Amino acid sequence: MQKFIKLFLVAVMMFLSSNLANAAADLDVNTPTISAIKASMQARHTQLAPHYASGAIGLTGDGLIAVRDTTALPLKDRQGINTLVAAENGDRNALYKEIAAGNGHPEWRGDIQATFAGRWIDKAQSGWWYQKDGAWVKK
Amino acid sequence: MKQNIKPITILTLIGLLSACVTINIYFPAAAAEKAADKIIDEVWQLKDGVPTPTDKPADAPTAQPAK
Repeated sequence: MQKFIKLFLVAVMMFLSSNLANAAADLDVNTPTISAIKASMQARHTQLAPHYASGAIGLTGDGLIAVRDTTALPLKDRQGINTLVAAENGDRNALYKEIAAGNGHPEWRGDIQATFAGRWIDKAQSGWWYQKDGAWVKK
Repeated sequence: MKQNIKPITILTLIGLLSACVTINIYFPAAAAEKAADKIIDEVWQLKDGVPTPTDKPADAPTAQPAK
């Protein structure tokens, strides 16, 4: 009996260490859905980039984007920018959700979104606008 | 003797098993940052090896040769 318990303990230890290894492993971001969302965002970025640079659009604190100041934009472009922003935010929300679900933890969605929020801002070019504690800041 | 060891061992095992579950549901912050960086680099085309779009990215204002 003692021997059996010892063996079982060893098995549990191995299980524990394999779980630790899993926790440290990478998140899978190569699912077909994620690739499709990425491609869509990549294509849209060429349209968004000039608006980031002009300050018409800024990065929000929660990993999305928002229309910030369209006064410099011609009237005819103002409707288009709303559509662009809405489409981009749709993709971003889908991306966060899909990364969480694709890795078997839908409840990680909020954490993933928060992680992205910080990284988008860190990687933004200088001159772009981002939200910090609710206020717009120029990087 | 055996009767004394058994409940304690079982309690220990339950404790270890619950620890496993706890570890497994922790959010892997470092892995998430890595994944975010990878995706952002691709979407914003910040690294080489990504197919360049027809429009030049805003961070690389390559001067057009005047003709």
